Amino acid sequence: MTTFAAPESLGYPILSILIFLPLAGAALALFLSGDRVLKGWALAVTTLEAALSVPLFTAFDGSTHLYQFTELASWIPALGIQYALGIDGISVLLVLLTTFIMPLCILCSWTYIEKRTKEFVIALLIMETAMVGVFCALDLVLFYVFWEAMLIPMYLLIAVWGGPRKVYASIKFFLYTLAGSVLLLVAVIALYLATGTFLIPEMMSQGYSFAFQFWVFLAFALAFAIKVPMFPFHTWLPAAHVEAPTAGSVVLASVLLKMGTYGFLRFCLPITPLATAYLAPVFLWVSIVSILYGGFVALAQTDMKRLIAYSSVGHMGFVTLGIFLVNQHGIEGAILQMVNHGITTGALFICVGLLYERTHSRMIADNSAIGAFMPLYVLFLGIFSLSSLAFPGTNSFVGELLVLFGAFAENKLLAAFAIPGALLAATYMLRLLQKIIWDRVEGHHGDGHGDGHGEGHGDGGHGHGHERHLWDLNYREVGTLAFLSVFVFWIGLNPRPFLGMMGASVTHVIGQAQAYSGEDLPRGGLPGLWKALAPGQDQGHGTEAAHGTEPTPAHGGDAAPAEGEAPAAAPGTEAPAPETKH
Amino acid sequence: MAFAHEIFLALAALALFGVTLANPGPGTARRIALALSAAGVGTALWSLGAEAELFHGTYRVDAFSQTFKVLIALGFFLAVAFGEGLKGVDQDHHPEYFLFLGLSVLGLTFLVSSVELLTLYISLELASYALYILVPLRRREYVTQVEAGVKYVLFGAAASGVSLFGMSYVFGLAGTTQLDQLLVSFPTLAATPVGLMGLVLMLGGFFFKLALFPFHFWTPDVYQGAANETSGVIATLPKLGAVAVLIRLTGLGGDDAGFLTVLTILAILSMTYGNLSALVQTDLKRLLAFSSIAHAGFMIAGILTGTVAGYAGAMFYVGGYLLMNLALFHVIYSLAPAGQNVTLADLRGLYRRAPVLALTLAVGAFGLAGIPPTAGFAGKFFVLAAALEQGHLTLVIAAALNTAIGVYYYLKMVKAAYSPEEDEAGPVEAPLALSVPGRVLGGAFALAILLLGAFPGALLDLFRQALEWAT
Repeated sequence: MTTFAAPESLGYPILSILIFLPLAGAALALFLSGDRVLKGWALAVTTLEAALSVPLFTAFDGSTHLYQFTELASWIPALGIQYALGIDGISVLLVLLTTFIMPLCILCSWTYIEKRTKEFVIALLIMETAMVGVFCALDLVLFYVFWEAMLIPMYLLIAVWGGPRKVYASIKFFLYTLAGSVLLLVAVIALYLATGTFLIPEMMSQGYSFAFQFWVFLAFALAFAIKVPMFPFHTWLPAAHVEAPTAGSVVLASVLLKMGTYGFLRFCLPITPLATAYLAPVFLWVSIVSILYGGFVALAQTDMKRLIAYSSVGHMGFVTLGIFLVNQHGIEGAILQMVNHGITTGALFICVGLLYERTHSRMIADNSAIGAFMPLYVLFLGIFSLSSLAFPGTNSFVGELLVLFGAFAENKLLAAFAIPGALLAATYMLRLLQKIIWDRVEGHHGDGHGDGHGEGHGDGGHGHGHERHLWDLNYREVGTLAFLSVFVFWIGLNPRPFLGMMGASVTHVIGQAQAYSGEDLPRGGLPGLWKALAPGQDQGHGTEAAHGTEPTPAHGGDAAPAEGEAPAAAPGTEAPAPETKH
Repeated sequence: MAFAHEIFLALAALALFGVTLANPGPGTARRIALALSAAGVGTALWSLGAEAELFHGTYRVDAFSQTFKVLIALGFFLAVAFGEGLKGVDQDHHPEYFLFLGLSVLGLTFLVSSVELLTLYISLELASYALYILVPLRRREYVTQVEAGVKYVLFGAAASGVSLFGMSYVFGLAGTTQLDQLLVSFPTLAATPVGLMGLVLMLGGFFFKLALFPFHFWTPDVYQGAANETSGVIATLPKLGAVAVLIRLTGLGGDDAGFLTVLTILAILSMTYGNLSALVQTDLKRLLAFSSIAHAGFMIAGILTGTVAGYAGAMFYVGGYLLMNLALFHVIYSLAPAGQNVTLADLRGLYRRAPVLALTLAVGAFGLAGIPPTAGFAGKFFVLAAALEQGHLTLVIAAALNTAIGVYYYLKMVKAAYSPEEDEAGPVEAPLALSVPGRVLGGAFALAILLLGAFPGALLDLFRQALEWAT
């Protein structure tokens, strides 16, 4: 079909089916009624979707970096926009993660969501369409459409079924993520004007000039950094997580955050290698800040959901750290860590949701010392907490270890700063576990404090109240969590099948990201950067004639560097003048 | 018969005049107007492929004008069809209302076919005068319509005067009022200060129709003061005419840097001013008025490119804008059984009272905000792509940032409709008794906005074909 597509391996358009099956399910759900019927229908659709996605795992060829299961059709011919789909080793696991997480989202909402079930399942199903679409799209406009369209159902999930501050949280979520991606649209158009195509694979490795890459990279990176979210763009995340219903939190943590890191891998590294190389140190250190900041703030949380939300900031810091190391271990670890975080954090949010259904509080203090009443629950909470702190034998251990390998290979100082992040994760997760399971064992809290809140929350489901209000997990809940814990240990003990799927693609991406020569990078700190971004310096090494002219407007709007340079040069030329008079 | 549509509309206006004399009662008047406007869509479609000239080349029927006529006829039909009977207008005035609406549509239809300055001016005045009369036609218990009417007339007359003054300069410099000849000779003159001034002043009359900054001052008061139905008409139909004329006229500026700078600045100011002012509005119509000022900036962004891609983008944009505005006004009509103004607070709990309307509102608002997959996003994308292609980077970035500002107030509408403060105990108000056509129309609007956003290709190709003359 095209140069970027692997030979067809399945006889049917599997990606289109995966994208539009949930949408069709949502359309049919319009005609159903009844709480159980609707949830059953949604469960059936998402389970079928998960089953249909299994061939992606079995028929995937891990030995090639080419896009597989590709589909190509004209969509808006006037602008050359195509309906192009395909997945490679970077996206295949994320698609599978999405399709497998969704049935669990329905299951964990089985009793949690009781009002407006129809709208709820429709929003979740449309969400699934958009999420699978984002990971499969190979046309930049198609990607952008799915990317933005996702905001609407997610907004409604928070705004309609959310907690007390849902209005604030949902608007903050929407505005923040939308504001990040408006400049993405400008970059998309600029890339189209430079290459004449919207096909993502054909935009890669085009040798754009440094200035062009720089601005395109920044436009992309802003959108992705907000989505990840990287420190200082993370503030929407805790609010959204805390207010969202369980299913919303799970979707948000498991899939939505991955879109940011996926975007870095899919767009920034291959399309703008020069800018990536130039700015990678910045992103590496911001990742370290995210890891440490997320960890420290998580330590201070009293709300379980907030704690896990901040832990996400830290965990996603490991992912971006791995990506911007641009080496095999780092990126493989990052992709694996994306999947791991999806499984583990999704599971932790489900755990919090289960507890919330019983005690109607997410506060750690209100839910402490339940170990005696809910042994099964505590078992699963323990498994996922250990996974979250990257205990050996669990999935996150493999991912974080790979990232740390990569970090040590790149820069020992960097790795030395990342290690405390892992320690912090152990601290806040174990503190959470200790409080939830026992709490009465005196730790760093004095007795006075323990007694005080014991009395204060006496009738809020504490102490003896637990026996009345708490019941252990039922089959549905055990099934949900057991399913996820299978993957915790599978990836933790035998990661090779998963790593094998991504190896070739990762090697290829690294090749694309390193396909530049060091001379093309501006030297001399910020003044060197000013100079490289000035319009006159733009010829660079553009392989196509178009680059010389088209990218020019890309920095015409930011006239500051050009103007900033002129006054700087002026005194320099005037300075010798008085001397000649002497 | 190339002029079948014009002749039909003129006869329809005559028939509506007859209705005002017979005064058969509001229901009958509306049914007649509905039938005539539906037939108007038919004749517009029928004469879609026509090509002809009239009056020594001052009036031209071509693919471009016919495409716009179909859009105008559709807008006319929808404006009559919804509202379930002009609740904001005294029953005695219904026949007159339809008569003047029909006359305004006739004027707009002439406008898009006019290719000579005086013809343009006369068509513009015909379209405007009818609207001047519509604005104060509101039930007597409301008082704001008088102020709105006066403002509309005064600003409109001033803008027309400015436009005419500009035309006199253009004529004085070029010695002709024929657009064909002007397109050849004027671009070089536009580089001179007097030529630029004449051109910009001439365009001012159409900027007024489009509500472009700084010709926007009438917009919020007129939207707020006029009857809901009238605001719905003013928000949509005149924009079509203005975009058509501006596409024809901007060619006069050629690619003169001064002219493009003026348009760029006006577009950016319009977007920014409109969006920032809309943020604090609580009256829904006033909010939409400021949003229309912002959208005028986007339309100009497409038009100033001077390319087929930009023109087609602007046409697509205004088409989508028409659809989304009518959808929102449909919600407003349905929420105001007595024809009163609707505030953001009135939207509260809408999804419980009328789920279909809430959906229509959400899709329309997200469409105006430019979120995919809606027609609003497609239009915005086409316009921005065309503008960036011509190197208008500052404009494109300003437009992109404005999208982010605009989302907030559109989201406020959706938020009000979908997350009421205290609804758990029961409905905030009684469910809305919505007629079956009202529900169908709401759903159809939502579906059309989404479909046009998902499959914009066919319509875009149609617009590009209509713009062959501009290549």
